This record gives sequence, structure tokens and C-alpha cells, in this order.
Amino acid sequence: MTAALNHLHLFVPEIFVASMICIILLVDAYVPKAINALTHQLSQATVIGAALLTLLNQPTETTLLLHNTFVSDSLSVTLKMAMYVLMFGVFVYSRSYLQQRGLLKGEYYVLALCALLGMMVLASAAHFLSLYMGLELMALSIYALVALNRDSAQSSEAAMKYFILGALASGLLLYGISMIYGATGTLELKAVSDVIAEGKAESKLLLLGITFIMVGLAFKLGVVPFHMWVPDIYQGSPTAITLLIASVPKIAGFAMLMRLLVDGMSGLHSTWGDMLIILAVLSMALGNIVAIAQTNIKRMLAYSTISHMGFLSLGMLVGTNEGYAAALFYTLVYALMSLGGFGMIILLSRSGFEAENIEDFKGLNKRSPWYAFMMLILMLSMAGVPPMLGFWAKLAVISQIVNAHMYVLAVMAVLFSVIGMYYYLRIIKYMYFDAPAENSPEIEANTDMRWTLSLNALAVLGLGLFPHTLLQLCQNSL
Amino acid sequence: MNLETLSLIIVLAPLVGAIAAGLLPLSRTAAHRTTISGVFIAFVLSAFVFYQVTILGHAPFADGAYTHTLYQWLSTGGLSFEIGFMVDTLTTTMMVTVTFVSWMVHIYTIGYMKDDEHNWSDDSLGGRNSYQRFFSYISLFTFSMLMLVMSNNFLQLFFGWEAVGLVSYLLIGFWFQRETAVYANMKAFLVNRVGDFGFLLGIAGVLMYFGTLDYQTVFSALANTPDEYTTKTIEIFSGTEWSVITVICILLFIGAMGKSAQVPLHVWLPDSMEGPTPISALIHAATMVTAGIFMVSRMSPLYELSLTASSFILVIGAITALFMGFLGLIQHDIKRVVAYSTLSQLGYMTVALGASAYGAAMFHLMTHAFFKALLFLAAGSVIIAMHHKQDMREMGGLKKYLPITYWTSLIGSLALIGFPGFAGFFSKDAIIHAVHVASDGGQAGATFAYYAVLAGVFITALYSFRMFFLVFHGKEHMDEHTREHLHEPSWVVTYPLIALAIPSVIIGAIALAPMLYGNYFEGAIVMAEGRNAFPAADFHGVLSFVLHGLMLPPVYLAAAGVGLAYFLYGRESAIPGQIKSAFSWLHKLLEEKYFADRFNEIFFAGGSLKLGSFLWRIGDRNIIDGFMVNGSARSVGWFSEKLRYVQSGLLSQYAFAMILGLLFFLVWFVHG
Repeated sequence: MTAALNHLHLFVPEIFVASMICIILLVDAYVPKAINALTHQLSQATVIGAALLTLLNQPTETTLLLHNTFVSDSLSVTLKMAMYVLMFGVFVYSRSYLQQRGLLKGEYYVLALCALLGMMVLASAAHFLSLYMGLELMALSIYALVALNRDSAQSSEAAMKYFILGALASGLLLYGISMIYGATGTLELKAVSDVIAEGKAESKLLLLGITFIMVGLAFKLGVVPFHMWVPDIYQGSPTAITLLIASVPKIAGFAMLMRLLVDGMSGLHSTWGDMLIILAVLSMALGNIVAIAQTNIKRMLAYSTISHMGFLSLGMLVGTNEGYAAALFYTLVYALMSLGGFGMIILLSRSGFEAENIEDFKGLNKRSPWYAFMMLILMLSMAGVPPMLGFWAKLAVISQIVNAHMYVLAVMAVLFSVIGMYYYLRIIKYMYFDAPAENSPEIEANTDMRWTLSLNALAVLGLGLFPHTLLQLCQNSL
Repeated sequence: MNLETLSLIIVLAPLVGAIAAGLLPLSRTAAHRTTISGVFIAFVLSAFVFYQVTILGHAPFADGAYTHTLYQWLSTGGLSFEIGFMVDTLTTTMMVTVTFVSWMVHIYTIGYMKDDEHNWSDDSLGGRNSYQRFFSYISLFTFSMLMLVMSNNFLQLFFGWEAVGLVSYLLIGFWFQRETAVYANMKAFLVNRVGDFGFLLGIAGVLMYFGTLDYQTVFSALANTPDEYTTKTIEIFSGTEWSVITVICILLFIGAMGKSAQVPLHVWLPDSMEGPTPISALIHAATMVTAGIFMVSRMSPLYELSLTASSFILVIGAITALFMGFLGLIQHDIKRVVAYSTLSQLGYMTVALGASAYGAAMFHLMTHAFFKALLFLAAGSVIIAMHHKQDMREMGGLKKYLPITYWTSLIGSLALIGFPGFAGFFSKDAIIHAVHVASDGGQAGATFAYYAVLAGVFITALYSFRMFFLVFHGKEHMDEHTREHLHEPSWVVTYPLIALAIPSVIIGAIALAPMLYGNYFEGAIVMAEGRNAFPAADFHGVLSFVLHGLMLPPVYLAAAGVGLAYFLYGRESAIPGQIKSAFSWLHKLLEEKYFADRFNEIFFAGGSLKLGSFLWRIGDRNIIDGFMVNGSARSVGWFSEKLRYVQSGLLSQYAFAMILGLLFFLVWFVHG
């Protein structure tokens, strides 16, 4: 008993978030009409409180607790902090959007926080079961969130697709896990790693296991050819939910890669590294090329996500700590840019007007030069133009690839980035060189939205001017 | 004040003047006062430095050094790029010559450019401040030229080299509303690019084999271990071994050929006469075009190690000296006659370089700077008086209208043809003597060069006095209106003429002993053993040199040239016309300048246009634009359109894709 409760303070943030979920559920049910302010504020407080608790309870070294199912290390702290920051932004951006469409109900906050909790567990998973539990908690919450606007046929369809495909992927993942268990006789990631290292496990079985696990992972990341859900779900969900899906879970996806592949199966690097090469190249190619043909900006950003996830995989497949640090850096940068990008779409939209078409950005510079500039920063950053943060992220990953002497891969990464420039620059062209459409509405947003979004975009620029801090943080986390 | 600071002020004073006149809203008077003060300061300080270094023999910088590094510009890969000065007797000679002539030309410009607004159309922006701009340019030129001659490393040399080229370009095209001026400056620029290409390759060669761009380091490496460099070879085309030193020397000399207008890169200089006359005097006669001569003298430790390169230089110089002189015979434009004379004289200097008589080359450079600047300014004075008419056929009998110009022109012409006792006599005889010695020594090409320069003396005298007689003697051919207004220009024009006439007479006699026979250039110029044509023992005083000269052919050749000129042009005569029609093919050949321009236009200009258009059509438009740029964009777009249909929206197909992916992985990784 005492052994199980050792270092329990490291688990406090998760306990806090779980408790707050219950409280918010109750408040929402019994405090009428408080919905506009109180639930929102409580949710924000939960995120901030969790952040404080995480910072206060940092582990001095890598610590396993709860019967070796839960790990607390500097990586988990970094990942969770990133999740809190992004979640805070998501709440700020989503509020008025959901309110205008009558979707701002208690369920949104409860489900979003549940997803957050799942991702936190995922980030700290040291055991196949805790990992799967975190994953499913996140996934189930998000399936429900996609269907938040249940009267919309499009949303319901998206949720259904996501759910079925997600279930298929989860099944494959579980099947893989069961094979690894069969080969190694343990579910603890550390122990699995040890057994593989000793070479006692049946290698055929391990290969089967890693293949199935890889497919599950690839689905969660949304890399080709397991990416089919991404455009449909991004487009079908209410923009506020797309915003959520496109930002925080990317951190969780990276956590999953780290925990499963690096913590659990670093001995099989030669296999999963090769798989990642295929996935990465296909994703960068398909994502960047198909994004060009899109007219819907959410769909375009969905394909852009696919290519970015391919890029992230490049950092992972090198198999060195520097490579993982580059991938982590890339993930954080991408999530921040993605948050800003979807934030911009929300900013331009209003009740009855979704601003989902790329053409809705026409002449934005005439309507609102400041936000056109913010979007310019974000798009240039996604395209990887110096001095924006996105450039350093791409540079970090590519330099790792080059260090590993994978020159062909590096050249491909650069080539596809060049192709990708097209559709980012097209938005800039629309904003600055085209006339605004007739009767395009004024931009109206509350103050905290304006400030947070500006801060979000300026951070992309500012951190890009001084990329060393963030890069150093990533390197220290590993 | 130490000489480090003085050197810096010498260089910067003209630059400050140039910036002030060019960028500040100064009045005309303020602009010329500022620039003239700047150049005057540079001249006075140069004279002081000359006195210190050359007369007193002090080393200019701390610890007895002749070079001084001002600051390090940048350092990369073990290479250090520095800005610094090398001030020795060679440098100070150039400094004094450049600043003095420049100062004179500045003053003269006040008169020449007084009515410059007539040269511009009324609505032209360029005409509004052309006066100030002109002063700014010539001061900038002075700065650039000083940077060039005072440099202690190849990089700064190249900077100065290009900077004078730039200013020359700007000034040739100064009247940029004239199509001919624009054509001429373009031509000068392009031809100089050819030379600079060689020059840059030469510098790259120095960097490659010596690992440094610093003169001193290169020279001491050459002095200490010459064998290490002379034996090195380089394979430029497969199967041919070239001595590295020869290659570097010839490449550097190609740069000099461009700047100093040697055949076949001479074509720009006659056309550069499109620029205002003060410029022709300063840049295209006295100073800039001598940069190549100076550079080769500066690199004498390098050139002394390659007899092949020396012979190459000798032959090029001899061709230029003789054949460019011929062209002067048939010109009608007064400035062009002087321009071809400049080409021919540059040829003489080059011949001297080829014969290892660097001292003689520098000597001739200096005397030539004075008398050629004088001749140009005198021509300019005539042009001012003639209301900017330059055709000699419309002149004649100007002697009584322009007495000062007449006498100073006579002095300049006598100095040019080498009249005994005048400046040009000493320097030209020295060169001919040096070539004679080299020819006796059996240097390849030296015998040809000897006869070429001898013949050149006759030709020089002929064209010089043809011009002299056509302009100042004979019948007056100008129209009535021009005649009424003929008078000597103001003092700003005539004083520089007088000031330049004095050294044109005496400088040769003064400098002969130290520069040729003395140890004037010791330490600055290196001569290989047995290559010195002027051992001190041969010198018995200036008078004896003159008397000895009277017994040699050049004097009689010159006299013959003057005589023939008088016979043909001194009085009205039909003979020139008869000669012209009798030898019309020869006249045609000379009129077309040996078809060099025509050849360049058809072969190089036309050829590169055709090549460019071919590459543009095939390479740029079809392959790059059509196939690569638009083609890739089109194919990506097409691909994108096709691929998007894979996203059918059907759940079963999505799941099927996943399973296919899984199967692929299983087959690839597990089964394989």
C-alpha cells in the first residue's frame, strides 16, 4: 500500500483536474444561468491550477509511481505545460464562437477537460494499460465533442466516421499490445524495453506487435495512409472543436510516440524507424500536394496538418535524443501555429457565417491590417520562412536528418516544404493583393480573444527571433 | 602628426569632398571650393610624405615599416582581409602625380563646366546640379585612385581598381542624354569587365598559391624561396603544364590590359572621349589608365620570375605603341588624336615593363601624366574657345586668338615627341634604350618591340604636329560667328596649362638621375639579375645623356616626323588628300580602326547576343520556365486535383485504406 502511494504528489495535477471535472459538472447542473461566466471561469481556473500544481510538483528525477503505471519526468512536465497553455487558448478562442451558435453548454467544458485529463495520463504513461486508458479517455471525449452540434448533419457524420475509424485503430493498437505482451510477458513499458534489449523475446511476434501498434499510432497522428479521417473531421466539426483537435492532441500524439516507441521499444528502432520513413515521406507528399487543391481553409489546414505530422515523424525516426528534441520542438511549434491559425478562422466568423473558405480571407488587409499581419506571421511560419518560429522547427528537424546522413530524405523534406509554400502564400496573396468581397462583415471579437490571438501570433514571431530558449527547453526535457 | 594619420587624411580628404559635393545641397561655388580644398589637402600632404619618404628616405610608419594595416575588415577561414597602406617611393611618386594633376584638373573644371547647363535639355533633372555632380565624381575618382596606389594588399587594390572603373564609367556617360555617351560608357564598362575577369582570376591565383593577399607576405615569400614558386605548374587544359607564376602574371596583366587600354582591349579608350575634357585629361590620360602600369611595377617581384610573361607584355605593348599611333594620323576630332596618342604612349610604358625597366615605365608614366594632361587641357581650352566644336577641319590659325594655349600646346607636343631636353625625351629614350638592351639580351619579342617603338617615335611626331599645325596654323576655317567670339578662356583654364607646362619641360631632367640610375625605387621595385638597363656606372650627368641622345636615331626620327607634318599640314596643301585617295584601302583600314570595333560588334557582341537569345529560348523559356517552373507547377496542380478524389468521403473506403496500409506494413516488415 505505502509503496503504491509513494510520490503521490506527482499525481496531484491529474487528481485536481478529475475533481474539478466533477465540480464543474455539478455547478453546471445546479447553478442555473451561470453558464456564461462561471463554468468558463472554473474551467480556466482548472487549467491554471493544474499548471501551478504541475510546476510545484516537479520530479527531481524520473519517478515511477502507482505500481509502475505512471511516470513523472521532465518530458511529462514539459508536455503537460504545453497542453495547459494550448487548452487555455482553446477556451478563450472557442467561447464566443460556441455562444453565438448556442453550443456553449457545460458539456463542452466537461468533455474538453476529460480529454485534457486523458492526454495528461497519456503523457505520463509508463504502462500499456495506463497509456490505453489515457488514449481512450481523450478519444471518447473528442468523438463526443465533434458531435457537439448534434443538429448538424455534417457534424454527426464526422463524429460517426471518427468514432468508427478510431475504434478500428484502437482495436489494432490493442491487438499489437497483446502481441508485445505475449512476446515479453509484461505490460510495463520499461520492462518491455528491458526484455527486448536482452533479446529473449520472439522476434516475429515482436514485429507483428510493433506493426499493429504503429498503425494505431499512425492513425492517431493522422499520417498517410491512415490520415483519411483528418480532412473530413476537421471540416465537419464546428471550428471551435477543430481548433481543439488540431492543437492539444498533437502534443498527446507526440507523447504517445515517445512513450511507446522510445520508452517501450527503443530496441526495435530499426523497424519502426523504417516505418516512420515511409509514413513521413507519404504524408509530406500527399499533405502538401492535395492541400493545393483545397478551397476550404479548414480542409486545407487539415492537409497541412498531415504534412506537418510527416515532418514530425522525420525527427522521431533519427532515433537520437537530439532527434527527439527536434521532434518535440516541432510539435510544440506546430501546435502553437495551428492554434493561431484556427483562432484566425474563428475570429473572422460569426453566427451564420463560418469564414471557412479561403476566399473569405480576400482583402483582409483592407478590413483589418493588424489581423492580416497576424495571419501573415502564422502562414509564413507554417511555410517555414525565416525568421518565424516554423523555420527553426523545420531547420532543427532537417539538420538532425542531415546529421544522420539521410540526405535524400532531407532533400525531399525541403522539396515538399517548397511545394507547401504555395498554399500558405496563396492566403497571403488573397489577404494583401485581392479586393475584399462585397458586404464582408466587420471583425468583432471580445477583448481577451483579440489579445490572446495577437499574443499567439506575436509569440510565433518573437520566439522565432530568439529560438534558442525554446529549443534549449526541448533538449533539456529529454 | 605621424604618417599613419597623414596617409589616412590624404585618402579621406577627397572622399569627404566628394560626399559633400555629391550629397549635400551645396551651391556651385561651395561645391567646387569643398572639393578643391579636399584635393589640395591631399596634394600638400602627399608632397610632404613624398619629401619624407623619397627625399629624406625615412620609412613612413612605426618601426621602419613601409606598410601599415589600418584595420581588419573581416577574417574568415584563416584568411584575413585588411585595409592598409603601403607607402614607399613608388607609392609616393604616384600619390604626388595623381593629386597634383587632379588638383589642376579641379581648378580647370570651374572654367570648363561653367556653362554646362547648355549641354542638357531644359526639362532634364540631370542638368540641374550637373556642376556639383561633376566635382563630386572627380573627387571620388581621386579617392579611388589613392586607395588603389596606396593599398598594401590585393583586395584593396581590387577595390580601388573597380572604384576608378566605376567613376570612369559615370564620367564617360556624364552627359547621359547623349546616346553616344551612353554607348561609350557601356563599352568602357564591358571591355573593362573582360580585363577585370583576368585580374580577379590572377588575384585568386595569388590567394591559391600564396595563401594570402598581403603584398609584403607574397613578396617576401618570393624573395626567400623563389624556386618553390617558379617550379610549380598548373594544368589549365588537360595535358598542358603552365608555370604558375606565368599564369598569375599574365592574368594580372590582362587586368592591366583592360585598364591601361592595351591591344586588344584598347577599344574603349577612344570612345571614352565622349566624356567632358577634364576627365579625358585626368582619368583617360594622366592617371587611371596608368593604373595597369603601376600595378605591374608594384608586382615586379612577381613579374621578374617569369620571362614568358615579360615577353608577352613586351609584344602587347609594342603592338599598342605602334599601331595605335597610326590611327592618330587620320583623326579629325582633336580629342581623339590625343586619345590615340595616349594609347600609343601607354604602349611605350608597357614595353618598358616587358623589358623589366619598371623605373623607366614609372618615369614615363610621370612625365606623360604632366604633358598629356597639358595637351588634353589645351585641347579643352581650344574646345571651349570654339564653342564645343571638336573637328580640326573647322579650326586653323588659332595661334593669334589663343596665345597661351598655343605656347603651352607647343611645349606639350615637344615633350610628347621627345624634343631633346623636354620631359618626354628622357623617359622615351630610356624606354627605347631598355628595349635595345633587352633585344641584345635575346629576350623573345624584344627586337620586334625595338623597331616598333623606334617607328613609333616618327609616327608620334607626325600626328602630334599634324594636329598642332591644323589647329593653330594655316587658314581659319571656322564660321564667322565663332571667330568673333574667339578669345583665351579665363584664368582657371590658362593657369593649370601653365602649371602643367613647367613640369612638362623640366621634370625629365630632374628625375632622370634618381629614377633611372639611382636607387630611387630600391625596395619598391625588384629587377632580376642582368635585367637592369640603367646601371649607375653608365650615368655621366644629364647633359651627357642629352648629347648622347642626339647621336641616336629617335631624335632624327622625331625631327623627320615634324618635318613631314609641316610639309603636309603646315601650309595649305593638296598632298594629304592625294595620299588619301592613292592609299584608300589603307585609309579605310585606319578609319575602321583595324576593324577591331566591327569585329567586336559582330563576333563578341553579336555572338553573345545570339548565344544569350539561344540560351534564353531553349534554356530559360523552354526548360526552366516551361518545363521546370510551369511544368512542375502544372503537374503538381494536376496531381493535386487527381489525388483529392481519393478522399471520397466514404467510410468503408477509409477503413479499407487503413487495412491496406496495415497489410503493406505486414508484408514489408514482418514477412520480408
